[in-house]
Amino acid sequence: MADLVSRSLPLAGFHGGSATVRLEAAPPAERLSLRVRPEDVGALSGALGLDLPTKPKTSVSANGRTALWLGPDEWLVIGDVNGGLMQAAANSGTPHSAVDVSHRNTAILVSGPGAANAINAGCPQDLSLKAFPVGACSRTIFGKVEIVLLRTAEDAFRVEVWRSFSDYAFGLLSEGARDASAAV
Amino acid sequence: MLLIHCPYCEEDRSELEFRWAGEAHIARPENIAAITDEEFAEYFFLRNNEKGLTYERWRHIHGCGRFFNAARDTVSDKFLMTYKAGLPKQPIPTAEQAAAIAEEKTVETWEATEGDAR
Ligand SMILES: [Zn+2]
Repeated sequence: MADLVSRSLPLAGFHGGSATVRLEAAPPAERLSLRVRPEDVGALSGALGLDLPTKPKTSVSANGRTALWLGPDEWLVIGDVNGGLMQAAANSGTPHSAVDVSHRNTAILVSGPGAANAINAGCPQDLSLKAFPVGACSRTIFGKVEIVLLRTAEDAFRVEVWRSFSDYAFGLLSEGARDASAAV
Repeated sequence: MLLIHCPYCEEDRSELEFRWAGEAHIARPENIAAITDEEFAEYFFLRNNEKGLTYERWRHIHGCGRFFNAARDTVSDKFLMTYKAGLPKQPIPTAEQAAAIAEEKTVETWEATEGDAR
């Protein structure tokens, strides 16, 4: 009788950071890559139980789910495991594209007073609170890999990265964390 | 680092997030099966490769993912303006505006340092 294989996180067991930056693998999550036409945003918002943001670089959180604006018709929706995101989107009864990317991505939580500097080691975005306030999000570049960045608090970020790039992202963040603490 | 204004993200972002996507405002022939080989070559292969003002498509590939159009000076590498895909070719900013842009962003060019700029 075959045992069910339990899925382990790509970054399971990874830990790192420095005096001013904490790095940890985020717990598993459910993720949707969502594409919706402008006229159908209301219907999908209702079905998901949160207002899909339409302003660039913003996110909206409600009912344990967070929707990140990635482009004019594109969102990344993150929720709890087995939270029924796919079903919720389907219940909208409106044409849309929802792809379950729960296991394509993994996430790294970066926190501490040096968090922004650690990310800026490989990311060209202005992460000052003025340009990138709490709740701001963006698809961007981190060294050689693409990431989706979300600021969850003044000194905390969630870095969403494709699982096959996560080893690289964690390594570069570790170096950035070391440099960030040296700079303080 | 060069900053490029994305008309969809509505802000200046690093060149690292963008990818060049060729000359802009090239219309696909209405009935491509009916055109001659010469017309096809003109449409498909031949590009103006302007020295100076040029209209190009760019893509904010590591951002919002959108294609857009840019008016750019290929000698100075300065972006004169960007605008959304689907819009007709936009008039370039006036000389004064372009000069203001140039003054704001000083770029060391091959023309100025090595080339024969005549
Ligand atoms: Zn953009």
